[in-house]
Amino acid sequence: MGKFFELQFLTGHIHYLLFIVLMMTGLFIVVDKTNLVKKIIGLNIFQVSVFMFYVSIGKVTDGTAPIFPMDSNYHVDQAAMQTILYSNPLPHVLILTAIVVGIATTSLGLALIVRIRESFNTIDEEDILQIEQKMTRDDNQKYKYLLRDML
Amino acid sequence: MIDTFTNTVLFVMLVLTALAIVRMERLFAVVMLSSVFSLLSALLFVTLDAVDVAFTEAAVGAGISTVLMLGTIALTKPEAKRPRHTAFVPLIVVCVTGAALVYGTLDMPAFGSPDAPAQTHVGPDYLSRTPIDIDVPNAVTAILGSYRGFDTLGETAVVFTAGIGVLLLLSGLRRRREDEDEEI
Repeated sequence: MGKFFELQFLTGHIHYLLFIVLMMTGLFIVVDKTNLVKKIIGLNIFQVSVFMFYVSIGKVTDGTAPIFPMDSNYHVDQAAMQTILYSNPLPHVLILTAIVVGIATTSLGLALIVRIRESFNTIDEEDILQIEQKMTRDDNQKYKYLLRDML
Repeated sequence: MIDTFTNTVLFVMLVLTALAIVRMERLFAVVMLSSVFSLLSALLFVTLDAVDVAFTEAAVGAGISTVLMLGTIALTKPEAKRPRHTAFVPLIVVCVTGAALVYGTLDMPAFGSPDAPAQTHVGPDYLSRTPIDIDVPNAVTAILGSYRGFDTLGETAVVFTAGIGVLLLLSGLRRRREDEDEEI
């Protein structure tokens, strides 16, 4: 248990903690706020924090971006390349894909919000729930009489 | 040392922006703040050596998604209501989830350590093979386009599907509006 309070452990793990704080802010917006556009923005904040967390795994101390030096013939200069420390490029690639997929899902969610506003004339979750409950109540009322007539 | 300093400053700005988004009720301001959030996160990606990711985040997060959200609030309402329920249950949910995640990170290798498992397996292999196999200076491009090309193909399929979905959802928007106007 003692190692969790040493300075070296703290400086090595403080980044993860900060990413999680950001993630939880996004999650709070998703869970607490009732406006649907705001929910999507909270989801985006959560998503970007996860991306930062993932990319931070590939970071090497004193490393640099994985772009190699070129020689005069526009080929990769392999001798110079060996002397430089690079960060891991694989998390970057995966997160590039994830960002593009993220914008695709965001746009789909926003299109759904536009349709919800058309049908319910509101984009507030609590209002929509109220309207739906009222619709269900009215339906039940209607079919109760129908059912009674049939029997 | 200077890295940790810049990271911490960027973090403080990111957290402040996120908290402002929590507090704000005017959606236009919220969308603009989310654009600011994306730009700040792009800066953080640069300090994490992920320049390509920073590029994409600045273009997609701060650019395209802001435009999409502005379009959405133009088609809907520009004002958000304050929720009627209390924030107590969401706060508990968030705290429990956060504590579980922090507990999960305790076993992780320290930030930036060169002997972490992620740094000793395929990563160095890609770095050493890229100049011989593909001979492009950017290792991220080489992996994205060649070693993991099928990932990118799948990504294209996802974007295509999402585009068709958006078109199907929004097609006939104007026609339905005109119908409504005629009814009135």
